[in-house]
Amino acid sequence: MELTLADLEIGDVAVIDSFDVEKLPMKLIEMGCLPGNSVGLLQVAPSKDPLYINISGSFLAIRRETALEIIVRK
Amino acid sequence: MSKNINVALIGNPNTGKSSVFNHLTGLNQKTGNYPGITVEKKQGVCRLPRGVKARILDLPGTYSLNASSLDENVVVELLLNKNDKDFPDVAVVVSDVENLKRNLLLFTQIKDLNIPTILVINMSDRMRRKGISIDVQKMEEFLHAKVVLVSARKNEGIDVLKQHITAYKSISTQPCVSIAQIDQAYFSSLESTFPNQSLYKLWLVITQDVNFARVERKKMAAQDANHMRSPSFLKRLQQKETIKRYQFINSVLKECYKKDSAKATDLRSKLDRVLTHKVWGFVVFFVVLLTIFQALYDWSSVPMDFIDASFAQLSDWAKVNLPSWLAPNLIAEGVIPGLGGIVIFVPQIAMLFLFIAILEETGYMSRVVFITDRVMRRFGLSGKSVVPLISGTACAIPAIMATRNIENWKERLITILVTPFTTCSARLPVYLILISLIIPNERILGANMQGLVLMLFYLLGFAMALLAAFVLHKTMPTNQTSYFVVEMPNYRIPLLKNIIITIVEKTKSFVLEAGKIILAISILLWVLASNGPGEAFKNASEIVAAQEHVTDANFNQKLSAYKLEHSYLGRVGKGIEPLIQPLGYDWKIGIAIVSSFAAREVFVGTLATIYNVGDSEEETIKNRMAAETYADGTPVFTLASGLSLMVFYAFAMQCMSTLAIVRKETNSWRWPAVQLVVMTGVAYLGALVTFQYFSL
Repeated sequence: MELTLADLEIGDVAVIDSFDVEKLPMKLIEMGCLPGNSVGLLQVAPSKDPLYINISGSFLAIRRETALEIIVRK
Repeated sequence: MSKNINVALIGNPNTGKSSVFNHLTGLNQKTGNYPGITVEKKQGVCRLPRGVKARILDLPGTYSLNASSLDENVVVELLLNKNDKDFPDVAVVVSDVENLKRNLLLFTQIKDLNIPTILVINMSDRMRRKGISIDVQKMEEFLHAKVVLVSARKNEGIDVLKQHITAYKSISTQPCVSIAQIDQAYFSSLESTFPNQSLYKLWLVITQDVNFARVERKKMAAQDANHMRSPSFLKRLQQKETIKRYQFINSVLKECYKKDSAKATDLRSKLDRVLTHKVWGFVVFFVVLLTIFQALYDWSSVPMDFIDASFAQLSDWAKVNLPSWLAPNLIAEGVIPGLGGIVIFVPQIAMLFLFIAILEETGYMSRVVFITDRVMRRFGLSGKSVVPLISGTACAIPAIMATRNIENWKERLITILVTPFTTCSARLPVYLILISLIIPNERILGANMQGLVLMLFYLLGFAMALLAAFVLHKTMPTNQTSYFVVEMPNYRIPLLKNIIITIVEKTKSFVLEAGKIILAISILLWVLASNGPGEAFKNASEIVAAQEHVTDANFNQKLSAYKLEHSYLGRVGKGIEPLIQPLGYDWKIGIAIVSSFAAREVFVGTLATIYNVGDSEEETIKNRMAAETYADGTPVFTLASGLSLMVFYAFAMQCMSTLAIVRKETNSWRWPAVQLVVMTGVAYLGALVTFQYFSL
């Protein structure tokens, strides 16, 4: 099973491995969501949705459905 | 010849762009709308050395030139259109020292449009604390642009920025990234189809989101369908472009930007641990809301009573002292009470804008978006709908304008449609005056009962908005996947100057806009109330004199009551009386309701005008309402009729300006028509049920 951003625990830091470019909003990619960049999970709202993340220095909130599309490695 | 320099201020949201704008222009600014759409357009004038003037245009915050919302689209449209009268001679890109890397992405895009560009690195006062150092000179060489360190907070660097703007002609227009290197084959073929045109501009036109139905894109597609590849092909290229840009940015930052992360103190994570917490986050949010509503009621009653009393006095003074050619009756009975009905709002509106500005400026609003998104989604809304719904407590018009950063059309439309249910400040005077009439000023469990009822009505508004959203969500088709990417900005202490400017500007525009309508309606009402059709009005004094129980002492009072009843206005009120009687209203309230369909805030002013015409005793509006009785002596304003009236105002769509803004935002009369009919229907039924229940 591949590890996705949604599988991380609060406080974890990982590296973005890959994603299907069509399934992510352009805005997220422009905010630094690119393969090789680091991503940390800072906080989650109830039901782990949305997620509060730090992608290579950008602090963002994204929904779980989007996080499930981003494959990461620890 | 001295020409005005056109300056465009561009930057990511949360970079302090408006602080820089406020520093450059002071109060020398005006806000309007872009033609056809309601994206706010902020412009100002800045005086530069040697008598040169600059017109500063504060463009909406944008993360990139690949627009994904209406706001961002405004920026792209302007920058692509050289013939626009606002097309900038020089672009000032405002960035935040802590997010420089991401902010530079937008900078490189602007630079590639061959516009002379100045990079402002704002919040430089935070550099030392965050252990950041920047080699400005080196950076200027790498970026082929001017770079200024600015601290809007400490007013540093603004003069240097002004000098650079003055000397904009000497700034290089060399691009940062050559777009052609992303895909040689694609771009060289594009170049041969459109020789002598900027490749990057062509590329931007090709990739503009089709949602915005850009004319230029269609024109180009007709000319050359070859390069309009599939969205996935284009998106892949866009990703490659983004990677190229970040490679360039990283190579620049490596040379001239150093961060000693050991020095970074972290306020953000400490506060976020509480404010975005699953439980504590909600607790804090409710405490914040509760504080705001209690404060609104407690703090504003003193200035409001003062304003109410002052206008009553002014009215009496005018009646006695104005020369007859100024029509003292019209002024004392129509204009002054009407204006009083709007000025009385000012304390509350200003206070609401104060709270909203603080929530926005501190960065707390984004945390609210984060914790509420999941809940709101159940109702077909998004966390981003919370900001419009909360702003709706000030006024639905800016609130509906604030929906434009919701990318998903369905979520945005639902937010627009339900926002008018939230309790806007125009309902507040109606509530306040009715609550003070029908609810005792007592404490229950330590809380002021009147304040509690007021909060109840705010909650009722929100509940109705959510219910309506849920119904719409279930009945409207979904045709677009929803994207949700929200920046969580750093926490900041708000700048006093920004907050004051926001309050002054927003309150001023609200009062002026609403004031115009209210003034017109007050005059119209007075004329309609002072004139009437036929013999019954013309021979009023003879008819009244012939009535029974008329003495010299009560003749004048009887006469004016008779006149009002037989005036044009009275006939309208009498005409709708059968319709509103089941709700517990008499024909005078009926008149107030009818005129409120222009704008709710007219209610108090209208009653003031009507009662003043009916009775010229010098009393405040409130006392006058309390004394109002039916012919049999029972009071008009009881618990049942008061609550029923409040419910009616809570739900009814009584605001022409809101309807106009919804028309603009949705680009069709269909949605405002739906709002008018459905909301007013709900209001009628709600008021009917309330009155019948409480009269039992």
